Amino acid sequence: MAVTRTEKLPVQSSEDIVRVRQAVRAWAVEAGFNLVDQTKIVTAASELARNTLVHGGGGSAELESLLAGARRGLRLTFSDQGPGIADVQQAMQDGYTSGSGLGLGLGGAKRLSNEFEIRSQPGAGTVVRITRWK
Amino acid sequence: MPERTSRIAEFVERHEKDLLSSWVDLQLKSIISRRDLINETEIREQSRQFLHLLREAAGGGVSDIQGPRWEAMREFLGEISRVRARLGFTPSETAMFVFSLKEPMFSLVRKQLGNDAAGIADETWATTLLLDGLGLYTTEIYQKGREALILRQQQEMMELSTPVVQLWDGILGLPLIGTLDSERTQVVMQSLLERIVESGARIAIIDITGVPTVDTLVAQHLMKTVAAARLMGADCIISGIRPQIAQTVVHLGLDLTSVITKATLADAFAVALNRTGRAVAPAASARA
Amino acid sequence: MERIPILKMGPLLLVSIQVDMHDQLALTLQDDLTDRIVKTRARGVLIDISGLEVVDSFIGRMLGNIAAMSRVLDAETVVVGMRPAVAITLVELGMSLTGVRTALNVERAMELLQVATTNGHAASGEGMDGRHPN
Repeated sequence: MAVTRTEKLPVQSSEDIVRVRQAVRAWAVEAGFNLVDQTKIVTAASELARNTLVHGGGGSAELESLLAGARRGLRLTFSDQGPGIADVQQAMQDGYTSGSGLGLGLGGAKRLSNEFEIRSQPGAGTVVRITRWK
Repeated sequence: MPERTSRIAEFVERHEKDLLSSWVDLQLKSIISRRDLINETEIREQSRQFLHLLREAAGGGVSDIQGPRWEAMREFLGEISRVRARLGFTPSETAMFVFSLKEPMFSLVRKQLGNDAAGIADETWATTLLLDGLGLYTTEIYQKGREALILRQQQEMMELSTPVVQLWDGILGLPLIGTLDSERTQVVMQSLLERIVESGARIAIIDITGVPTVDTLVAQHLMKTVAAARLMGADCIISGIRPQIAQTVVHLGLDLTSVITKATLADAFAVALNRTGRAVAPAASARA
Repeated sequence: MERIPILKMGPLLLVSIQVDMHDQLALTLQDDLTDRIVKTRARGVLIDISGLEVVDSFIGRMLGNIAAMSRVLDAETVVVGMRPAVAITLVELGMSLTGVRTALNVERAMELLQVATTNGHAASGEGMDGRHPN
C-alpha cells in the first residue's frame, strides 16, 4: 500500500475545523468517492477535528491519499498533546461525553469510516486515525 | 529502495536498429503475436516506440517502474493494453509482446559482454526483472479495464431494475423486485431519497412483495433509509411483508415499531392517501 | 463580525444557511434567533439548510437547541431542505434530531407552520402585525 500524497493542517481554532472539512472534501472528490461517502468522511473529520480542538487543546490533522493495488483511499490522522483519554472504551460509547457535547464524536466517526484506530493515554495526548476506501 | 543500475539503456542505444529488427522478426514469426488482429506496420511501430521509451527511462535505473521516470512507458503500455484488449487479444498475448523482447536482449547482452560471465549474469537478471515487471503491468491494466466495464454494466442494470414510481401527488412508490444485496440496496435507497427530494413527496411506499428474503444487512439499510427520509421530512411505509419475512424480522430481533408496515401495497396506498388528507369516493353519476 | 441574516416575513422568521459555518458563527445564529423571536414575537421559524453539504453533531445540536428554545418562546421551528447525503450521514452518526420538525421544501414547511401557529395558540388577545388569530 502506498501513500501517494500527504498534507498536515493545524487544528487550533474553529476556523481550522472548517478548513479541515474543506480540505477533506477536496481530497475525497479527487479520490473519486461518491457523494454519500464524501459526506461521511467530511462529517467524521469535522467530529474528530472538533474533539482535537475542544478536548485536546488543539493539534493537527494529517491527510493521506492511499493506493492499495488499484484501490484508492483517504486516511486522516488527528493528533493532540492534550490530557488524553483514561477509558477509551467508555469514550467510544454513544452518549458518553466528558464535556457539553452529545458524545457521538468517536463512535460516530467510527461508524462513518471503513477503518478506525485510536491511541490515547492520560497525559500522553490522543491520536485518532480513520480511513475510507473507494 | 536502492536503484539497480544497469547497462540496458547503453546497450539499447548503441544497437537499437539491430535489436528492433531481430525483435520484430521474432514477433512476426510467432503465432502468439496474433497477425490476424494486428499488422506488421503496427508491430514494428509499437516495438520501435517501446525501445525508445525503454532507452529513455532505463538510463535512470531499472528497479522502480512505478516511479516518475517510467511514467511515459507506463502510459504507452496502458494504451497498448487497452487497444489490444479491444481488438481481442488475451492478456497473456499482450504481455508476450513485452516478454518476447527477452530473447533478442539476452543475445545482445552476451555479444556485448563477451567473456564477462558475472557481468552477463547480472545484466540478464536485471533485464529479466525489468521486462517481467513491464509485461505484468500490461496484465494489470487489462484487469482494471475489465473491472471498470463490469462495474458500469452493474450500475446500468441496477438503475434499470429499480424504478421509483409516482403513485399519486405526493406519494411515491418503490417496488423492489428480486434479491437485494447490500450494495444494490444502498444504491436503490439513495435514488429513492433523491426522488423524494425531486418530487417533494410526503410519503414513500417501499414495497418488498417481490423480495424473497431479507437478511440483517438489508433490513438495516431499509431502516436507515426510513430514518433518513424522516429526517428529511418525508414518511415511509413498508409494504408487502410476507409471512417469511415477518418471521425473519422477529428472529433477528429487529425493531420496526417506528415504521409503518402493511401487508399489501394497496393497504399502504390507502394509509398514504389518508395521511395526506385524501379519501376515495365513488364518482357521482351526474348524468341522470 | 459576520452573521447569518435573519429575515422577517409576517409572523415568521426565515434563515437560509448558505455557508460552511464555523462553530462561533453557529452559536451566534442561535443567540440572534432567540433574540429576534422575542423581539418580533414570531410564531414560526423556518431554517433552510438546502445549502449545507455537511451537518455534523455540532450543527445538529444547534438545530435541536433552536427548536427547543423557540418552543419555549411559543414559536414553532421547521428545518427545510436537508440533502439526502446529509440525512444518510446523520442516521449513521446516530443523530435523530428528535424535537426538530423537518420538511422537504418551503411550501410544505409553510403548511406545517400554519397548522402549528393557528392551533392552540389562538387565544392570545394581542394582535401581532395585524394578524388575527383564527
